[in-house]
Amino acid sequence: MIKFENVTKVFQRGARPALDHVTVDIARGEFVFLVGASGSGKSTFLRLALREERPNAGTIFVAGRNLQRLSSWKIPTFRRTIGMVFQDFRLLPQKTVYENVAFALQVIGKKRHAIKSTVPEVLELVGLEGKEKRRPHELSGGEQQRVAIARAFVNRPSILLCDEPTGNLDPTTSMGIMRLLERINRTGTTVVMATHDEEIVNEMRKRVVELSDGRVIRDDAAGTYEAREHILPEQGDVEADVASDLAEIKTRGDLEGVVSGPAGMDNNGHGTTASQAAPVRLRATRQQELRFAASRGERG
Amino acid sequence: MRLQFIASEVAQGLRRNLSMVVSIILVTFVSLAFVGAAALLRQQVDSLKGQWYDLVEVTVDLCPRGSLEATCATGEATDATIADVRNTIDTELGHAVSAVYFESKEQRFDDFMADHQDGVFEGTQLTADDMQAAFRLQLNDPEKFEVVSNVLTGRDGVENVWDQRAVFQPLFTALNRGSLLAAGLAVVMLTTAALLISTTIRLSAVSRRRETGIMKLVGASNTVIQLPFLLEGVIAAVTGALLAAGGLWLAVRYVITDWLAQSVSFVSYVNTGNVVGLLPLLVGIAAALALVSSVVSLSRHTRV
Repeated sequence: MIKFENVTKVFQRGARPALDHVTVDIARGEFVFLVGASGSGKSTFLRLALREERPNAGTIFVAGRNLQRLSSWKIPTFRRTIGMVFQDFRLLPQKTVYENVAFALQVIGKKRHAIKSTVPEVLELVGLEGKEKRRPHELSGGEQQRVAIARAFVNRPSILLCDEPTGNLDPTTSMGIMRLLERINRTGTTVVMATHDEEIVNEMRKRVVELSDGRVIRDDAAGTYEAREHILPEQGDVEADVASDLAEIKTRGDLEGVVSGPAGMDNNGHGTTASQAAPVRLRATRQQELRFAASRGERG
Repeated sequence: MRLQFIASEVAQGLRRNLSMVVSIILVTFVSLAFVGAAALLRQQVDSLKGQWYDLVEVTVDLCPRGSLEATCATGEATDATIADVRNTIDTELGHAVSAVYFESKEQRFDDFMADHQDGVFEGTQLTADDMQAAFRLQLNDPEKFEVVSNVLTGRDGVENVWDQRAVFQPLFTALNRGSLLAAGLAVVMLTTAALLISTTIRLSAVSRRRETGIMKLVGASNTVIQLPFLLEGVIAAVTGALLAAGGLWLAVRYVITDWLAQSVSFVSYVNTGNVVGLLPLLVGIAAALALVSSVVSLSRHTRV
């Protein structure tokens, strides 16, 4: 669905590239987290996928199109296959919830009756039924982000790109947004989400692509926010400790997939590149694993 | 749907930028009023030329008594000399001259008496013998005066060759200069208008960056994104053009038709019909100006 082949993007001649020979292949229907420090190239990745920028080298395929060969008058049509969500929502303050979502359809020339039937549907999907007439400033941050997601999704794009959609939201609200994105993902929409939100990434257990200084340094099929080793405090060997905790948790029967052993790390058939993490020993802290387990248990 | 959407965007833009829109209207109004005035002055000059050049001729004054010109050394032009001149006109200038009238001394004296009823000029009582006979030539092309003058000047019996158009030249020069002045001011004002339109459109585009940004993201075409801004500029500029035409119409109606034409009635003036004829030109200039300056500023601010 989205395929970057050796993509390099330099914004200023002579400067360090924002993306440096990045190769990533995201299949249809995948849910992918893009993580990395600020300036690591996450947003550049999304902008390139949206054809807001053009790479200096390499090839990008999105939704079956080679973006290098996409002529500029075809860009609007191409973008209709992609939804985009931002950290700052980008709603139109003078328009109501309904109008904000309908706007996306109006400007691409959809018929009025089509708009009338589609918008309420998508508002219901994002859980905003009954709030059609509110204006953005009358909504909470989470609700505003739902409007933004509704607007991005109303035209049923095959890809949803999210640039830190939970960056302005508290953890509980963020969880709600993630559940919504997961639901959208289950309809077959490919979701790529750039994020700093460690908790969410660890919680969701989706594919994680980590960028650092414009390079892909990790691509885990069901990864966590940081590579395993980094999670741990450098305080000696806690293996035995954790092992006994794990045994305890396992007896409760809800830890499956939470703590990955060395073997379960990468291979789940998504065609990811090999993990760059060294063979991992069981070194997660007790607290952390317990927390995963607990939240899993809650949701289940 | 899209048309309705664009119309509502345009209305919103005009409302939100009202003061700038009004300034565009006023600047285009003034500049196009100058353009229109220049055009009307030209039309006036052309119509006067057409009217008067038909009336005026080249006058070939024949030698009177006591002329000091070398060609008149033999005294007053005799019938034979006059016949010679006439012959020259017919043979050598047949292609340039469409009609020849001979005016005798007596006829000229009658004309003189019509203006000076007591027959006294600068304290002297004149008679027909103080006059000089003349040929009046109607030319096929009034601009060909030089040819006629070259042939006839210096011939025996010919005292002088006059281009009667020279009488009107100062007036035409004045009108032409007025028209040039108006055109010059029009150019300055049009430049101002173009800059103002592009600034206004840019402001409008910047103030609606959020909308246009979203439009780009969801895949709106360039037309849908840019058309509202273009139309905004065009509507304002065309309004200015209509005001300019209206102003010129009123000026022509009340200053020229109702006043000047009443007091000085022997010339034909431009009329409100001419102003109506100018309308497409003014509207066209306004629309082109707005389109060009908006496209230039939009290409930098709303590109996909």
